[in-house]
Amino acid sequence: MTMVGQEDYQPDSFEFAPATMEMAQSEIAKYPDVRKASAVMPLLDLAQRQNDGWLPRAAMDYVARLLEMPPIKVYEVATFYTMYNLKPVGRHHVQVCTNLPCWLRGSDHIVNACKKKLGIGFGETTTNGDFTLTEVECLGACVNAPMFQINDDYYEDLDATSAISILTQLELGETPKPGSQIDRKSCEPIGGLTALFENNVKKTNA
Amino acid sequence: MPTLTIDGEEIEVEAGLTVLQACELAGKEIPRFCYHERLSVAGNCRMCLVEMERAPKPIASCAMPVGEGMVIKTDSELVKRAREGVMEFLLINHPLDCPICDQGGECDLQDQAMGYGMDKSRFVENKRAVKDKYLGPLVSTIMTRCIHCTRCIRFAQEVAGVPELGATGRGEHMEVGTYVEKALSSEMSGNIVDLCPVGALTSKPYAFTARSWELKKTESIDVLDAVGCNIRIDTRGSEVMRILPRNNDDVNEEWISDKTRHACDGLKRQRLDQPYLRKNGKLVAADWPEVLTAVAGRMNAADGKIGAIAGDLADCEAMTAMMDLMAATGSSNIDCRQDGGAFGDTRASYIFNSTIAGIEDADAVLLIGTNPRWEAPVLNARIRKRYLRGGVAAGLIGPELDLTYDLAHLGDGPSALDDLLASKGDFANVLKQASKPMIIIGSGALARDDGAGLLAKARQLAEKIGAVSDDWNGFNVLQRAASRVGGLDLGFVPKNKSSLDTAGIIAAAGRGKLDVVYLLGADEIDTRAMGDAFVIYQGHHGDVGAHRADAILPGAAYTEKNATYVNTEGRVQRAALAAFPVGEAREDWAIIRALSDTMGKKLPYDSLLDVRRRMADINPLFASPDETSIAPWGNVGDAGTTNDTAFEYPIHNFYMTDVISRASEIMAECTAVALGDNYSATGTNG
Repeated sequence: MTMVGQEDYQPDSFEFAPATMEMAQSEIAKYPDVRKASAVMPLLDLAQRQNDGWLPRAAMDYVARLLEMPPIKVYEVATFYTMYNLKPVGRHHVQVCTNLPCWLRGSDHIVNACKKKLGIGFGETTTNGDFTLTEVECLGACVNAPMFQINDDYYEDLDATSAISILTQLELGETPKPGSQIDRKSCEPIGGLTALFENNVKKTNA
Repeated sequence: MPTLTIDGEEIEVEAGLTVLQACELAGKEIPRFCYHERLSVAGNCRMCLVEMERAPKPIASCAMPVGEGMVIKTDSELVKRAREGVMEFLLINHPLDCPICDQGGECDLQDQAMGYGMDKSRFVENKRAVKDKYLGPLVSTIMTRCIHCTRCIRFAQEVAGVPELGATGRGEHMEVGTYVEKALSSEMSGNIVDLCPVGALTSKPYAFTARSWELKKTESIDVLDAVGCNIRIDTRGSEVMRILPRNNDDVNEEWISDKTRHACDGLKRQRLDQPYLRKNGKLVAADWPEVLTAVAGRMNAADGKIGAIAGDLADCEAMTAMMDLMAATGSSNIDCRQDGGAFGDTRASYIFNSTIAGIEDADAVLLIGTNPRWEAPVLNARIRKRYLRGGVAAGLIGPELDLTYDLAHLGDGPSALDDLLASKGDFANVLKQASKPMIIIGSGALARDDGAGLLAKARQLAEKIGAVSDDWNGFNVLQRAASRVGGLDLGFVPKNKSSLDTAGIIAAAGRGKLDVVYLLGADEIDTRAMGDAFVIYQGHHGDVGAHRADAILPGAAYTEKNATYVNTEGRVQRAALAAFPVGEAREDWAIIRALSDTMGKKLPYDSLLDVRRRMADINPLFASPDETSIAPWGNVGDAGTTNDTAFEYPIHNFYMTDVISRASEIMAECTAVALGDNYSATGTNG
């Protein structure tokens, strides 16, 4: 039986590298010994990072053994959260938000630009293994919509041009600037503050 | 004790109950899907909504503890509308395939949709489709019908102790399954079919064979292990279609093992449906008068050189008749212990004295040479239930096992018992400090050469740790044959020192010292060692016993007779006739009665009632069915020596232990899945 979203190819074994193991142990140490199953989420994340961005079943079983919990409990967690990838992903995992605020601000254009630039559709990976394109639910950056996330970084206030430019930079091995792609500081209004000057001044002075 | 008002009526209930339970006590029926009395509360189906005063919205009654002064309404317009809303949501994705669904007619969703469903759907969207899962040879899945009540998940984790089922994915994509393809590694997996409130999990062997309303339901007793699970036998005509558990809190709660449930197809195969006589070395079909005359002639001619062995499925009525017939022939070579188990003189030495329900009071459990998970799965589930409540320590003497609860492994052989007797080791302390310790010694251990010594040592240990007192007897023998306790209660054992026991009968027959051996359904013995003796086999399946026999008297299987069995805790229970015996077969006591007539030694009973009166004469216990009584403590095993060979568990294949399960194709399939290649391949791989 393969579930929807489960990869057919499964490596036989998985083990934490020594450095990852050290991080894992510090996560496990945060919880009492009888409650160490609480560390399942950070450990799955560590496993995913070590394994090129996806979780094979061997890794889930390994985490289950490490935390002395039934494997099915780990599968439940791993399949519940969309941030765990159960299939291999490209080096750059492009996750485009298409929820309402982003859509109202033109996420369709971003999606089309990505599809055109990469030559792939949602859920697909480029043949050279560089990019995977995924449609995701709200990532909580609505204030700077539209946006996408690539690996650990958010790229906000996108339009077709800036989206393509980011992908091109990644293609060339460069590091694009994360965050807002227009002249916006954090999530302040475009063009600077329009209110709360006083507080801002006070804060700066303080 | 909080007092609450339910639909205008005041009721006082125990603290800690849920509102749903309080409503039930008040006689109000609350619809539910996810809630189940014997499982943890999930609170996710929302069908049990009721109105609570001062609450802003309806509450899920299954998950709300009762409070003082609560005012609950279960029949208001709001409640009805709320439940209708829930039902509408449940039906969004549930297929409208009742006509082809095996659950039809006994489906909670179908029933409750009659009360709370709309006559049409407001949805035009496609229903979701879910891929079916493989859960082994017994459970068939149609996962599109699943309403995510999670009862099966909770059963597997809590009762069966095999946390292999789970809900993967989220929201609309949530699916119940094992994630990896794998049969459930439980001996009780069939129960999830009963638990499933819809047709998502149905019985694979029973699939599409019958509708619930066309079956005749007979309440009876299971005989495939010594627990005596209460069952309901569903028959159509003369065919047993399926076996379901019946609630009995003292015995099996509402669970039965997969063998109890699914071995019934064995009742249709390998049956002895007419008498046979061996002529010129070949078994030839005969009629009753002919075979009875031949057998009677042989038995009369044997002049007391007869032995009788009762098998594991023999009923008490048949054993009573057999015993009386043997007495009439002047022979006292009778034994109901095929395996030659050693028991003391007193009843306390061969029954499960603490009773099965008593397990829940124990605070320390010591298992000696027994694998309860295979010898009595339902009883093992009771130990697990006790374990989950906490505050109990369990120890095992015998090769290591996974019994679904934490076990201290004390050693493989009897020397571990000596250590406990000498107060060596941590577990000796645990037992000593326990206020209600239990010792469970397996029937397999007592069948060893040093069985008497083991029984004696177990008794010493029980007395030493204070397991036997006025209000608690923690000394238990776990039998695994349905006939055993009944046979011992009737005294179906060698009467005096010169009488032969099972091994003696077989050996004497082999040496030509016995002319006739009467096997009352005895198949688990060395049938080839009986030399030239004339072997009579009375039973219902053509197994090894019938193979060796010179005369075959076709008897009735447990579903085909009104019969008495005594379970391992000494509870007298009555099985009921659900279908008539096949072909020429007859009820067993009646065959023996007919034979006695032919022999000219007519037994003094003409009806089942007469036989039962005779049983009660022999042992008054038989006059009070469905009860357990305290067996007086006495000489439970003499002192004896033990040798330190490791214990070997008597059951090597849970699914095939008797003539019925050995004839069952479904049990053969289970064996292949559980013990075949699949077994090792799954392992830790999930």
